[in-house]
Order: sequence, then structure tokens, then C-alpha cells
Amino acid sequence: MARIAILSYIKRNSLVHELTGTTKLIFFIAWSVASMVTYDTRVLVGMLLLSIVIFKVSRIKIRDISFVLGLAAVFLLMNNLFVYLFSPEYGVGLYESRTVLFTIAGPYTVTLQQLFYHLNMTMKVICVVPVALLFIACTDPSEFAASLANIGVSYRIGYSVSLALRYIPDVQREYHNISQAQQARGIDLSGKDKLFTRMKNSVAILLPLVLSSLNRIETISNAMELRGFGKNKKRTWYSLRRMKRNDWIVVALVLAVLVIDLVVTFWDGSRYYNPFI
Amino acid sequence: MATPIISFQDYGFQYMAQAEPTLHHINLDIYPGEKVLIAGTSGSGKSTIGNCINGLIPFAYSGEKTGKLLVDGKEADKSSIFELSQTVGTVLQDTDGQFIGLTVGEDIAFAVENDCIPQNEMKQMVDKVAKLVDIEHHLEYAPHELSGGQKQRVSLAGVMVEEVKVLLFDEPLANLDPAAGRMTIELIDTVHEQTGAAIIIIEHRLEDVLWRSMDRIVLMNEGKIIADMPTAKLLAGNFLLEHGIREPLYLTALRYAGIEIDEKMHPEHVDHLMLTDTQKEMVQRWYQKQKAYIRSREETEELLRVENLDFGYTTQKRTLQDVNFTIHKGEMVSIVGRNGAGKSTLAKLICGFEQPVSGAIYLEGRNLSGDTIKERAARIGYVMQNPNQMISKPMIWDEVEMALLQGNMPEEERKKRVEETLKVCGLYPFRNWPVSALSFGQKKRVTIASILVQRPQVIILDEPTAGQDYHHYTEIMEFLKELNERGYTILMITHDMHLMLEYTPRAIVFSEGKMLADTTAAHVLNDPELVQAANLKETSLYTLSMACGIDEPQVFTECFITYEQKEGR
Amino acid sequence: MKKLSVKSVVAIGIGAALFFVLGKISIPTPVPNTYISLQYAIQAVLATLFGPIAGLLIGFVGHTLIDATSYGPWWSWIIASAFAGLVIGLVTMKMDIDEGIDTKKIVRFNIAQAIAHLLAWGLVAPCLDILIYSEPVEKLFAQGLVAGISNILTTGIVGTLLLVAYAKTIVKKGSLNKED
Repeated sequence: MARIAILSYIKRNSLVHELTGTTKLIFFIAWSVASMVTYDTRVLVGMLLLSIVIFKVSRIKIRDISFVLGLAAVFLLMNNLFVYLFSPEYGVGLYESRTVLFTIAGPYTVTLQQLFYHLNMTMKVICVVPVALLFIACTDPSEFAASLANIGVSYRIGYSVSLALRYIPDVQREYHNISQAQQARGIDLSGKDKLFTRMKNSVAILLPLVLSSLNRIETISNAMELRGFGKNKKRTWYSLRRMKRNDWIVVALVLAVLVIDLVVTFWDGSRYYNPFI
Repeated sequence: MATPIISFQDYGFQYMAQAEPTLHHINLDIYPGEKVLIAGTSGSGKSTIGNCINGLIPFAYSGEKTGKLLVDGKEADKSSIFELSQTVGTVLQDTDGQFIGLTVGEDIAFAVENDCIPQNEMKQMVDKVAKLVDIEHHLEYAPHELSGGQKQRVSLAGVMVEEVKVLLFDEPLANLDPAAGRMTIELIDTVHEQTGAAIIIIEHRLEDVLWRSMDRIVLMNEGKIIADMPTAKLLAGNFLLEHGIREPLYLTALRYAGIEIDEKMHPEHVDHLMLTDTQKEMVQRWYQKQKAYIRSREETEELLRVENLDFGYTTQKRTLQDVNFTIHKGEMVSIVGRNGAGKSTLAKLICGFEQPVSGAIYLEGRNLSGDTIKERAARIGYVMQNPNQMISKPMIWDEVEMALLQGNMPEEERKKRVEETLKVCGLYPFRNWPVSALSFGQKKRVTIASILVQRPQVIILDEPTAGQDYHHYTEIMEFLKELNERGYTILMITHDMHLMLEYTPRAIVFSEGKMLADTTAAHVLNDPELVQAANLKETSLYTLSMACGIDEPQVFTECFITYEQKEGR
Repeated sequence: MKKLSVKSVVAIGIGAALFFVLGKISIPTPVPNTYISLQYAIQAVLATLFGPIAGLLIGFVGHTLIDATSYGPWWSWIIASAFAGLVIGLVTMKMDIDEGIDTKKIVRFNIAQAIAHLLAWGLVAPCLDILIYSEPVEKLFAQGLVAGISNILTTGIVGTLLLVAYAKTIVKKGSLNKED
């Protein structure tokens, strides 16, 4: 079976693994918010360095996640390219000064400001990548639902996330089987057919997938109701882990990062750190 | 007399979408601690009875009911699905649907999580019940790391964790290989002894369930209870065959030998069967007479050849290793072995869905390696195990017609072919129905029809009779046999020992990716070593022949098959 | 908020799994680097069948899982996916497909999905991107336009065909009789 390479939980012993799912969830959310809010170079550099340190601590190897890093690199490259193609002078407007380094052709000049803008934008994305990857790679999926419930999300929604994780491999296998069966009857998505034909053909694969998923939804919800899901306002969790000392320290740390982030970013009334004026 | 834990009183039920009631005037009492088997063909209403007991009717499936149903003294439809689940634990047929946790431990704990039991207490409960079903060493496993039998153990643990008074099993043997099925029945028996809960098993595979004793059999047909009597009495009568349920093989063999089945001879289990010396002699005499009719087959020309086939999804582990065999024109062959032995992978390789690491497949001497899936499909038809994965049109007629629409067949002939195929598959009366209105077994027949309509040279069927009762099993197998007699070559991947024995003279046995044997079906089932290695189950004919002093069980089995084919059913 | 039914909970879980699996399968189009996103067709169908909250969460959970397992979450687009599901669910509310389908319902479904994707990719995603990543407006709207049109086409064709096929599979009360 042509398995799609996806990132998943990698079981290891490390400080990051030992933290509860709840802690990692809070960390991940706070970190995402912090990176989204700021455009301050100093904060971004700080966050980037910290995220590299955390990555080291997790004992996840670069090669474990190399394919993901490759994807991220391509994505960033494309994004930077498009931004530049559409707005080569964007940085100039942002930093209110213009230092031309050289000209490529026509309106496409390279300015120091534009490069600095690209650097900031790229850092903003990059500093989240290790944390996001670690969140997936170091959190036991079993803890997801319990952690979501622990930070106040309704347990029903939490459990739907858990069900998604549970049934992704099944759905994937099913898609694969269905597309093979349909190929035997002359239906192919990757072929050289016209786009519209391919879309129409995709229905021959998606309809069995949808119908069998609807069946699955019925069976699973029957099974869940027969075992009392939704009986009470709350539920307890088999795989929830208790917050320990380290957890509280990490939570405090990430909240501190968030506060520093906000303070440094908005202290001077601007989101951007401008070294040019 | 004790009060029944479940009591149907003149009960009837009609589903919303159905034109007629599914259950009529059901009167049935089940007492605490009893073991009851509810048997019947598909569509007989036996699953509906189960759904009434656990509360899915009326709380998940609405409809109209008449009469009364009491569960633990309370009227079921005035209770709630949650309240009923405290009394009745249900193990559904679909173990993947029932397994909702990410790991074994979580799944077993699911019900008690919903009861808000504190975590430490919950862990103790899970450990205890996991030990009872012998899954305590797998608590951290994910569902895809478990075999079908293990998943079923988890399902059972997951409902037992609540200490219910009734355990309800809906077709527990449907997805298991023979040995795993036998272990499940043994496990249910152990659980019964240890918990004292009433056991209700809904199944049509009578002989397999009766591997452990049942107090009573309730036989259903067309929504009514036909018989409700102790096992021995039911087996002695003629109810089963009349209503499309297969009786245990050893009893059929006795009947063939002219022996009348009597309650007093303990017909419930082949090991307890008490035969007089005269009866044994009758069996022997029948055996001697039949022996003369056994004929060996002549070889025909080669059709499909598999040579040194190696395959693995990952480089380290080989799913199939050095597979070699030749199928001749007009053969009907079983491919057997435990779940995960590589049987389905073999089929996928033959159809070109997967590419072998090394080795080759030849059809009429031509190497197929360059052919696309589509090109192969015109000559080799593949019917998948799960019909829901094949059906891509909402209406039955359209689904069966689909493959014919790809070519240039004139409409007249297309229509004729579809009609013919639908008739043979017993689907003609349903031709204008949506596929979704059909039972699982009927859907299976739609998929067989959708492949048969193309008339390929070789047909590979993955578990063709899974989920079928005896009546439909016979219908489909006779249909396949008919096709086979017309010259179609048929390969079947199966768990069903009866199927292999009765319909396929030849069987290829797989275990852990290797071919263990390529021999006659009768030989496979009379070779204890093969039986064990491939997770199969010897037939009761073996035991019966031994009990009658016949020292060639394999020949006895062949006599039985020859006789069946000769005399018909 | 009214609590989710068990069926909705399961629909969100399975829907998100479908969204994820289809999102990982790329079906190329003639436009380079652009793929048919079949996941939006499925999301639209499930939003119509199970309502706005299911549509929203299928998009949110499914898209987050896709992003988190490839290059880290791009929140603005995740929110846009969730938003699309919500809008489709809202506009098609009380449109009972189980009672059958007609032209009126098909039109409504397509209006719903067109509005949803226009707003999601033409407005929600670019505005959030400006807010969060401060990217140039022209780039964002061009990007949003391509994504929006591609999703509207995919959902319009594949989603509609699926919905019609699904409606045909529904059994009407007392309608089934065997024919000879």
C-alpha cells in the first residue's frame, strides 16, 4: 500500500514526552498566539532560539521529521516567492525607508527593507514549526481528548478529535481499497482524462467512501450510546495524566513568553521592530 | 419459577422505512443465567430482536411496536438506552465499529469513563476484566495491531466492565477465522461461568456455536418464532433444514447413513454423541458403499500460474514469500489460512493492485506484469470482501450495469445480461431498490453480480459467503458451481471450512506469508498439523469417523462430499 | 449552546478523518501546483447532512490535522475552512435531504457553498493573513481567488453529484416492495 508519509507520535523518553498532554496543548496554543501577534524581530529571534532548545530536549531526531521539514521549506520558499512577485516594495512601505541593494529587472529591485521583511515573516512561521511538530510527535494521541477537556473544551468535541485520530487509518485503508476496486472497473483519478471526467470519476470513489462512512457513523454512534456516551455532563478519562511540578513550570514559562512577547511588541506602539529609522 | 430477565409479550415491530412489520407476535422469556442461541436466516428478524433488547429500538431506530417488552422487569421503551445498557451489554458484529478507543485500555474503560468513575478505580476495573478475557498484556495496543479475535475480546471486556446481567452477541463469528471463532465460543462460555450473566447469541452458524453447550435454541423465520426448545430436541427434529439453517455436519452424515437423530443420543456435540453398535455399523456400511463412487479429477490445461512470488509492503517484512502454484482451466480452488496470512494480498497481486517485489504471474502462459489494472480486470474479476467498498451507484440495477457501460454492448443485450445476472443472484425482485435498503449479505450479492456480469475468465472472491446464512450460502455457492461447470475458473479466499470442503476439491493453505500446502480440501482438514498452523478447524466428520472405527477420516470426508453432490440437497 | 448529539460527535470525528485523508491525496489539475481539494466536497455534503456545527468542526479539526502533520498550522486558512463548513451548514439548515432532493435543494446547496467559499477564501483567509502575517494584499487576494474558485468548482461538481447520489439511496417510508 502506498502509505502517505505523515507525521505521527514517536515514543521516546524525554522531558518533553513526560509533560502531560494538557501542558503541551497550552504551550502549543500560547506559542502559536505569541508568534501570530508579534512582528518584532527581537522577540522572533528569541522564540526561534527557544524552540530549537526545546527540540534538542525532546530527543526527536532531525531524520525522524526530515520529510516534514522538507515540506515546510518548500511551502516557505513558495510563499516568499509569491510575496515578492506581487509586492517587491512591500518592505519599503512597512519600514518607511528604502535602501536599494541591486535591481533585477523593471520594478523588481532588491531593497534591504524587503529582505528584512522576508526574514521576519519567515521567522514568524519557522519558530512555530518545531513546536507544532513536537506537539504531534511527543503527545500520545490518547491524551488529546482528555487534554482538550481539561482546558475547558466540551468533552463531546474532545472525543470527536479522538475519534478522528482513531479512524484516520481505517478511512485511509478504505479509500485505498475502494480506489483499487474502481480502477478494476475502469475508473482512475491519476490518468490523462479531462479534468471534468476526473472529477466525475472521483464520485465513484467518494460515494462508497461517504456511504460506508455514514454507515460507520451509525455503527459507532450506536456502540457509543450502548456504552453510555453522553449520559452525564462530565466524564472521566482513562488516559488523563496529572499535572506535575514540571508541568506547572512549563505552563508558567510559556505564559511568561506570551506576556514578554506582548509587552516588547507593543511597548513602542508598533508591531514592527524598525532598525531603519 | 424465577422471573425472566427479558420478556417479550406478544411483541411486534415495524421499521419506519419498511412496508411490513419485521417482528410478529413474539413471545419469548429469557431467564437470568440462561444461554440462548437465536438462530435464523438473514432477514428472519433475529437481529431486530437483539436491537429491541438493547434499546437501539426504539431509541436509535424508530418504528411502530405492538405488545410489550420487559427488560429486568421494566418496560423497555419507557426506559432509556443508557438505563438498558446497565442491564444488557451488547457486542456488535462490527468489531472495528465497536472499538472506539485509541488503545485497548481506553476502549475497555469507555463505559466507566462515561459513568464518571475516578481514574484509579477505573484502572482496577479495566485490569480485572482484561484479565478475564485474557487481553491484559495488550492494554497499550492500537486496534490495527490486533487480530479479529483479539478485537472481539476487547469488545467483550468493554461491555463486561459494567457488570451487566445479560450479554448479547450479534453474529460474533462473522469476521473470524475458524480457530478464532472457536476460541470466542470458549471465551463466552468461560465468561458465563464466571459472571453468571445470561448469554444471548444471535448466529446462524449453529455447529460453531454449539462447540460449547447452549441451553436453548430459538429459531426465527420471517419475523416469527418457529421453535423455542432445548438444543437436543431441536437438533432431533427437522426444523433447521426447513428454515435455511445448516445442521451440524456429523448429524447430516448420520442421516445419510440412514440413522434417525434422537434426543437421547445427545446430538448437541460430536464428542458426546452416543451411538449404538448397530448405528456405528450403519455408518461403516454407508462408508464402504460410497467409497466406490469417489473419482479423481483429470487435469486440464494451465490457466493461471504464479511463480516465485515475493511481496512486502515494507522492505523488512515480507507479506508473501516464494509462492508457487498453477491453476488449471475450470478449477474451483480455495485459498485458506488465518487472518493476515497474506491471502488477500495474493489476490491483489493477481489483479495488479500491487506489484510483486519479485516473481511473476502468467495467464494462459503470458506474463501479466506489463498489464494495467484495467486490462487485467477484463479477464480476472475480483470481488472484494466488503461490499460497501465496491458499490458506487445508489441503485442496484445501475451498479450491476456499470461495468458493461464502459464497452460498446448493445442495450438489448446489456439489459438481458443484467437481468440474467440479477436473477441468478436472487436480486431480481429488488432491482429497483436502492442498495442501501439491503442487508449486508444482499449487498455482497450485488457486488458478485456486478463482477459476474462481465463474465471474466477467472473470478477471485474474497470471502464470498461471509455474513450469509445457509440458504443464501447454498444459493451463491451453487451459482458459483454452476458458473464453474460452464467453464469459469474460480478462486476463493475463505474461512469457511464447509465451503472449502463441499465446493472446492483443491485447497491452497497459507500461513504467515508462506504456502504450507496445495492439496485436496479433505486432506487439509484431516491433517491436524496443517489445521493448527493455518488456524483452521478440523470438521466434526473427522471425530465421527473415528468414533465409528473408520481409520481413514479423509476418505470418509470425501465420501460425504461425493454423496452430497450426488444426492443434492 | 445546545449540546451535540452523539451522532454529531461521531460525524465530526469521521468527517474530520475523511477531510484529512482526502486532503492528503493530491489530484493534479492543469494549473501547476494546484490540486483538486476533494475534502471540501465531502465537508459540504456532511455539513448539509449534519448541520453547521459539524461543518465547522470537520473543517477545523480536519484542516488542523493536515497542517500539523505537514508543516505546522496556518491558522488563517484553518479558520477559513471551518468558516466555510459553518456557512454551508447554516444556509442548508432544515433542508432535509433524507426526504429526497429536487432542483430547488440543489440550487440552495450550491448557493450555500458558493457564498461560503467566496467569503472564506476571498475575505476571511486574506483578512486574517493581513492581520497575522502582514502579507501584501494583492498576493493574498490573488491566492484567495484561485483557492476560492477551485473549491467552488470542486464542491459544485463533486459535492452536488454526491448529494444527489446520496439522496437516491434513501429509503422512503413504506416504499419498498419486492417485484417479480
